[in-house]
Amino acid sequence: MTDSLTAPDPWGPLRHMTPARIGLGRAGDAPPLKTVLDFQFAHAKARDAVHAALDTEAIAAAFPGRAILQVKSAAPNRAAYLRRPDLGRQLDPDSRALLEASAGSACDVVFVISDGLSATAVRDHAVPFVQACLERFTRWRIGPLVIATQARVALADEVGALLGARICASVIGERPGLSVADSLGVYLTYGPRVGRRDSERNCISNIHPHGGLTSAQAADRLLWLTGEALRRNVTGVALKDDGGEAPFLDATVVNGI
Amino acid sequence: MASYVSAIGNERFHFPDLAALLAAASPRRSGDELAGIAANSDSERVAARFCLADLPLQTFLDEAVVPYESDEVTRLIIDSHDSLAFAPIAHLTVGGFRDWLLSYTADAPALAALAPGVTPEMAAAVSKLMRNQDLIAAARKCQVTSAFRNTLGLPGRLASRLQPNHPTDDLKGIAVSCLDGLMFGVGDAVIGVNPASDSVPNCMAILEMLDELRQQYDIPTQTCVLTHVTNALQMMERGAPVDLVFQSVAGTQAANRGFGIDLAVLDEAYAAALGLKRGTIGQNVMYFETGQGAALSANAHHGVDQQTLEARAYAVARRYKPLIVNTVVGFIGPEYLYDGKQIARAGLEDHFCGKLMGLPMGADVCYTNHAEADQDDMDTLMTLLTAAGVTFLIAVPGADDIMLNYQSLSFHDMLYLRSTFGVRGAPEFEAWLERMDMVSPGGRLRELSPQGAGARLLAFAKETR
Repeated sequence: MTDSLTAPDPWGPLRHMTPARIGLGRAGDAPPLKTVLDFQFAHAKARDAVHAALDTEAIAAAFPGRAILQVKSAAPNRAAYLRRPDLGRQLDPDSRALLEASAGSACDVVFVISDGLSATAVRDHAVPFVQACLERFTRWRIGPLVIATQARVALADEVGALLGARICASVIGERPGLSVADSLGVYLTYGPRVGRRDSERNCISNIHPHGGLTSAQAADRLLWLTGEALRRNVTGVALKDDGGEAPFLDATVVNGI
Repeated sequence: MASYVSAIGNERFHFPDLAALLAAASPRRSGDELAGIAANSDSERVAARFCLADLPLQTFLDEAVVPYESDEVTRLIIDSHDSLAFAPIAHLTVGGFRDWLLSYTADAPALAALAPGVTPEMAAAVSKLMRNQDLIAAARKCQVTSAFRNTLGLPGRLASRLQPNHPTDDLKGIAVSCLDGLMFGVGDAVIGVNPASDSVPNCMAILEMLDELRQQYDIPTQTCVLTHVTNALQMMERGAPVDLVFQSVAGTQAANRGFGIDLAVLDEAYAAALGLKRGTIGQNVMYFETGQGAALSANAHHGVDQQTLEARAYAVARRYKPLIVNTVVGFIGPEYLYDGKQIARAGLEDHFCGKLMGLPMGADVCYTNHAEADQDDMDTLMTLLTAAGVTFLIAVPGADDIMLNYQSLSFHDMLYLRSTFGVRGAPEFEAWLERMDMVSPGGRLRELSPQGAGARLLAFAKETR
């Protein structure tokens, strides 16, 4: 089949139309080995992102001069975290005591940086994103910066409540896909307290450098959302319905985190 | 309500009610553990199975696991039960039913006649007493055919859904993935797109493109945009070419409310789709998706294990004589099915229960990146399901769904199954592949070459706006 070495790829002009794995070719019935290994590498990247431990000290060191609180969820390890989403939404007792002891004067906004399902995304993108937010959030009282491990989105509800925050921004690693393993999301919840429903949050998803939102773009959107939420005392479906532009959290998204 | 005791040797195990007994008898899975209803030990699990084996099947007609008064799915199950069809097994226990299913008496005609007499709880209960090979052997004997523009479920056949999703619903992008799949002979069950955006105009644009593709090449298959049933109703009102109405369904009224549906809205959509009379060979116009864990994730599980609730979703599906039903078995994540072993077991259970209840049952053999599973586990499950005679499987380009961010089967996998097991596509679709000169004389799909007939199809993507 020397022809195949010289014949033009019939898929050539079509490949740019989709990121899907089209026109892979065949080895008999099977995909060619290179495409198999490409796939395995992408899956390995995604799994590594899920199972990586977040270097919380490195995140803390990027915010000199700012009060930092490091907390853990009630999920003792990654295996428990994956099986028991309910534990990932609760603080462990020591962390709860730390937050209770740290609660000072009330604040407007608390940022909670959580590993979620991609510590890789948090390691690579959380610092520039939160820095971009802090540069923009000059008109509000910002609470201590909280860094949480084995954490789901809703862990920030209890954190925000204990710190007396009017609104809470949960910055978290999203479930990795094969094409993007380092996507960051941020979930905004007005009046954080235990038991908030997913429909009471707004979400900005896909913050990553592979065709997603840049830190600056995402921070601009979060600034607008936070301003509207604090002005109207609400987040979630209600904010979307009137605001028009605000992305409303799809409950299926948060189920994954 | 009765409680149940199992005594083995000097050990006694107590199960407070029927739901608790069923949950304890279930093979171990993370979703039941998350719900706090799984067996506390392996011994307790097997003790529950001993107890379940002695339970008369009639019990499931006398005692509901979800209350009749407050749940319309229970009312559907009880009110539509066919006692005449049930008669041949009415005297049996759950254990006796397992033996009967594996006996030579239980052949294809006997199983087809029995289906309307089997409630979801009976199917789920007996499946808990069956090993994987039992689930395969019994399901393989069930023959369920359905038809729209082709015939699905004939013996020796394996159909496939072509799933050409795109992260921004770009029509050219969707078209290119469609053509890639058609070159592999994939798409006889349905060419079905999960839209990234559920807006009705967007769904209509995708549907019109798919219909144009189908008509231009006279492909004997059906197309579908998998959007909410209320959107499908709007699309039909606006004259869109809706072949199949899609909906995710679950096994309790409350879980279905979480999906934004009830039986009334499904009735309405079913009537509307039948009224379009778009099927040429048959009038099976519905497409349902299910998956273990859906009810728990909606906080609507009533203390019932996820596999029993999954079977109850099939009672909803069979009311509408669907063309296809599939369990999206590994999609929901590790908190419901932790690893490849749990996913494989659930896939075989779902397929068996669906077939036993008379459904044209397929599967999305799949997993997410936070589950303990990989493509080797998918190879195992697709091979087992093909042995079990699954009606159809879902395939996406390179096994990578770039919109829903999970892994399914690839188009290549369908070639592997056809070669290894000798299973063939729907006869009408197979004839089309031959007309298009896409099949070599030996029956194998030709590889694409610039001069080949398949290359003509590629022109469609270039012309799509």
